[in-house]
Amino acid sequence: MAVEGVATTIERGAFDGLLTAIARSGYELIGPTIRDGAIVYDEIATSADLPIGWTDEQDGGSYRLRRRDDEALFGYAVGPQSWKRFLHPPEVTLWRASRDGDGAMAIESCEDGKPSYAFVGVRSCELHAIAIQDRVMVGGEHPDPFYAARRDGALLVAVNCTVGGGTCFCVSMGTGPRAGPGFDIALTEVIDGGRHYFLCEAGSEPGAAILAAVEQAPARAAEAAAATAAIAVAARHQGRSMEADGIRELLYDNYEHPRWDEVSERCLTCGNCTMVCPTCFCTTVEDSTDLAGAEADRTRRWDSCFTMDFSYVHGGSVRASARSRYRQWMTHKLATWIDQFGTSGCVGCGRCITWCPVAIDITEEVAAIRADAID
Amino acid sequence: MPAATPTRSTLARPKLAVWKFASCDGCQLSLLDLEDELLTLPERIEVAYFLEASRAVVEGPYDLSLVEGSVTTRADVERIREVRRVSRHLVTIGACATAGGIQALRNFADVGELAAAVYPSPSYISTLETSTPIAASVPVDFELHGCPIDRHQLLEVISAFLARRRPAIPAYSVCVECKRRGNVCVMVARGTPCLGPVTHAGCGAICPGHDRGCYGCFGPMETPNPGSLSASMRDLGAETPDLIRAYRGFNAAAPAFRAAGDAHAAESEAEA
Repeated sequence: MAVEGVATTIERGAFDGLLTAIARSGYELIGPTIRDGAIVYDEIATSADLPIGWTDEQDGGSYRLRRRDDEALFGYAVGPQSWKRFLHPPEVTLWRASRDGDGAMAIESCEDGKPSYAFVGVRSCELHAIAIQDRVMVGGEHPDPFYAARRDGALLVAVNCTVGGGTCFCVSMGTGPRAGPGFDIALTEVIDGGRHYFLCEAGSEPGAAILAAVEQAPARAAEAAAATAAIAVAARHQGRSMEADGIRELLYDNYEHPRWDEVSERCLTCGNCTMVCPTCFCTTVEDSTDLAGAEADRTRRWDSCFTMDFSYVHGGSVRASARSRYRQWMTHKLATWIDQFGTSGCVGCGRCITWCPVAIDITEEVAAIRADAID
Repeated sequence: MPAATPTRSTLARPKLAVWKFASCDGCQLSLLDLEDELLTLPERIEVAYFLEASRAVVEGPYDLSLVEGSVTTRADVERIREVRRVSRHLVTIGACATAGGIQALRNFADVGELAAAVYPSPSYISTLETSTPIAASVPVDFELHGCPIDRHQLLEVISAFLARRRPAIPAYSVCVECKRRGNVCVMVARGTPCLGPVTHAGCGAICPGHDRGCYGCFGPMETPNPGSLSASMRDLGAETPDLIRAYRGFNAAAPAFRAAGDAHAAESEAEA
């Protein structure tokens, strides 16, 4: 986090100067934009591509865009996608092999260069999610070169939340709403009467270098206080919460809780929760061959612990029931993840609640088990 | 110089046959739609029987038979047994062959009444009471779903057959493909009822990609839960007749969809 006192303000009128400065530093700008009735992350060029004056209304299994009564650029919570779409893409060709007429094989790696993304509008929960995926993808003995290339080149422009989403619960997970370490630049949007500005902090040298090229003024105490107050509003208005204390032991002690049966009656095993989760990282690897038998390629695709193939071992799937699959997902996310990677796998973004077609709510499931725990 | 090693093209090519039962021919056409690969296909496989493409017929037995269509007549029953007898591998393609197709709607009605409503002289019609998938008559080695099938999936099945590997045809939900594609969920963001969560992947989530709900043309996914999905679709305004129609489509007789359609039909009677 930037040291107090070095924060600056950028007026709304100078905001495009910030985007220009980022782009001039060689980054491809990716940010929130409206498509198909939602705020998604995609290529942006100017602030006009952002969801100006829009917000979202979220609840279990429901997401709607709504008009705000101001022209805020970042006045909404998180949408269906996360930055994992760019850092850990849904589909990556790992290598191709070809066989010539004499039967000799040639294998070609398919690393896709080193994209340099600037993610504009990374929320605190998402910064935590990226840090979690960092541990998973590059923190171990066998770092993933595809993820590493994308991650190394990425610039993270965080935006502190000033709106509490209907399914958000980062406060109870200790992951927000104020962006913690990990950002290159952090912004807080303030609309105060007729004035619209951003409180700005640099979190890294590249971030500071970009900010230096933007028209700004040192932040006054009142401006910093206004930003802090705006973030406090987001914290107060979160629609969900989860009691995380002792959750690991709670779930370990309740493998046979009847609640798993109840949730499995509703669970569609469709995999949506895992696809939208910003930390879920599982993939499957599929080989394909062409008709001529001359070429083959190996592709990695997002997979889900809700599919039967995911736990298939010789003779069948280990987790054949919806009960065992939901329990596996939730217990991994909230408990075994801690043993495996040192933190919870849940950042409280609420996507699994909003984007579940039947509105299964992880916070409600935890609360139900806690209320009637076996131990 | 030693004798030339046989090249791939001079090796005996496996013989392919494509059969039609009660169907619209759309799945067979998927094979002809493989424009980029169509010229390579005969190098690797002898197209021995494919009346949709050629009148030339090579006698069996066949290494790979693709079967389109459902069994709707007594003659079909006899013929599919013969097809099975002359086929080393038998793969069914499409909703008709794998689930009975749209014509399986007869399974929910009186076929005599339907014939009387459609034909001026229904006495000429010789048909079974039900439309059934091929697997109800003979053992099937692999089922490729869809109405119509996806041609890339068909290519995958044929390529896998040639390479003697298992085809990579996942049986999970359309949602997995939909999310990978980056679609925004039409059910959550638009309130549009969608069968994607209970439907077998394979189409690439075409309908949600065009802002429409999935209508289940690939049939049930591996572990479908239509009861739970129906409850959510009701919350979005779907009524019992809508739900009956949702499940009684191209895959009406696929067991999970049949059970869901029947359950809603029973509700409809109770409501009446």
